[in-house]
Amino acid sequence: MSGEAIVAAYVFVLAIFVGFEVISKVPSTLHTPLMSGANAIHGIVIVGAMLVASAIPGPLGSVLGFLAVVLGTANVVGGFVVTDRMLAMFKQRPGKRQ
Amino acid sequence: MTVETLIPLAYLIAAVTFILGLKGLSSPTTAVMGNRIAAAGMLIAVIATFFAAEVRGGIPIILAGIVVGGVAGFAGARTVKMTAMPQMVALFNGAGGGAAALVSILEFSRQRDLGALEFGPTLATLLALVIGAVSFSGSAIAFGKLQGIITPKAFRYAGQQVVTAALVLAVGVLSFVLLAAGFTGAIAVEPMLIIAAITLLALVFGVALVLPIGGADMPVVISLLNAYTGLAVAMAGFTLGNQLLIVAGTLVGASGTILTRLMSKAMNRSLGNVLFGAFGAAPAGGAATAAATDDGRSIRSISAEDAAILLGYAQNVIVVPGYGLAVAQAQHSVRELADVLESKGINVRYAIHPVAGRMPGHMNVLLAEANVPYDKLFDMEQINPEFPRADVALVIGANDVTNPAARSNPGSPIYGMPILDVDKAQNVIVIKRSMKPGFAGIDNDLYLDPKTAMLFGDAKEAVGKVVQELKRAA
Repeated sequence: MSGEAIVAAYVFVLAIFVGFEVISKVPSTLHTPLMSGANAIHGIVIVGAMLVASAIPGPLGSVLGFLAVVLGTANVVGGFVVTDRMLAMFKQRPGKRQ
Repeated sequence: MTVETLIPLAYLIAAVTFILGLKGLSSPTTAVMGNRIAAAGMLIAVIATFFAAEVRGGIPIILAGIVVGGVAGFAGARTVKMTAMPQMVALFNGAGGGAAALVSILEFSRQRDLGALEFGPTLATLLALVIGAVSFSGSAIAFGKLQGIITPKAFRYAGQQVVTAALVLAVGVLSFVLLAAGFTGAIAVEPMLIIAAITLLALVFGVALVLPIGGADMPVVISLLNAYTGLAVAMAGFTLGNQLLIVAGTLVGASGTILTRLMSKAMNRSLGNVLFGAFGAAPAGGAATAAATDDGRSIRSISAEDAAILLGYAQNVIVVPGYGLAVAQAQHSVRELADVLESKGINVRYAIHPVAGRMPGHMNVLLAEANVPYDKLFDMEQINPEFPRADVALVIGANDVTNPAARSNPGSPIYGMPILDVDKAQNVIVIKRSMKPGFAGIDNDLYLDPKTAMLFGDAKEAVGKVVQELKRAA
């Protein structure tokens, strides 16, 4: 196993623990926004899409690269905006909006 | 030190913002900030990536993709109704899964062109591809079911297990061939053909996985697919050797797993049961109908006037909102009703089942939108002891979460699911469009209870009429 791969494995395993620790204390009211927020965060795949967008020369490679960026961006932008909208509902003081 | 050497540093900052963001989402006071911190981290990561050497040739493609995907995502997220949130999350989740699958295909192809077909990256590629593709097509089906494009009923067919097993086996064999090539360095078939075949099979598997699951279980499925996508992204990170993808994907994989378990627990069902339990297609519902109607009990229907009188003379009212309320956009009417009742000195509270609406917390979002104060919303554990003291329980568009069969009938498919003890209230008014069974496809004994009165109609209209009657009487 290469040094790089073992570092990646460390990062993976430690991130699992961080994920469990950070998230296990969420009130049920926030579960839907949390799911949506987590959904936006895996939109980080957009970075992967950018890195491979032009990896394969030729039209097929470009089309697939373009599609990957489109899907990744939709995931990121849609995910964060929807979460923000959901959370805006909680922010309002009761009776403020008439 | 060039700009390029700073990229990993930017990625580290992004990884930290994701952790802080998720932590922020744990509390109502910090949630908005948490989400924005994560979004800012995402922006930092994307900007930094533009400076990477691999990106240089592809800037036009990337910019075009960001514009198209950004506009689509933004427009979708801004225009979607609050009630349609779950399927929107499913859609964005599917997009992420699809992106992860495409990224792994492209990276695999690139590595092959370099001549290398090593075991580690090949395994990571295969995992990212299969999980991502399953998440993509599975999310599409979940979206279709929640949106009503595909029947929300559990779709079952003869030989289903055989088909599913065959799909898994085929993916396994093809993956083995590729992995073996990673060891021996030689392969008889063009690897990209195998990749294409695996992609297709994984897409079909995603459909086969979600199609047999009833609509009532979709939140659990979306949560599970969310975790899948996270895992797929982490695997794509392994393929690319990108730590940020590994961290972010794994964080989501862990969170999605916890959330999925919480949701299954709220429905008192194991995940295996959700995935393979044929909930909703069960003929048990039909059998229960026959049994219930055979014993001579019948349903009692009342008018809005009667309902208004019943409510007007109550002291304690507990409102039980469900998905029907959300669909009818009745949350504002319900708040108006609560205002009128409270002006008469009546105590109005809301009983929120953990899975009311379509996801945990969904109903809280909808009621918050209508400015219902937090302190009026009560969790199931808090409110259940209060039902015997309630003069009226007003059930609006909720069904399965009020079904006493979950407590009393071991033969019922929802037996053991925690429910709201609506049937213990002095009077029950159920606002419902028709006698159609709920999302789970099971009949509800509550409606046959002598103290239950049915007020048929669209939730918004029916509540509006009751409000009118109450105001007229005042």
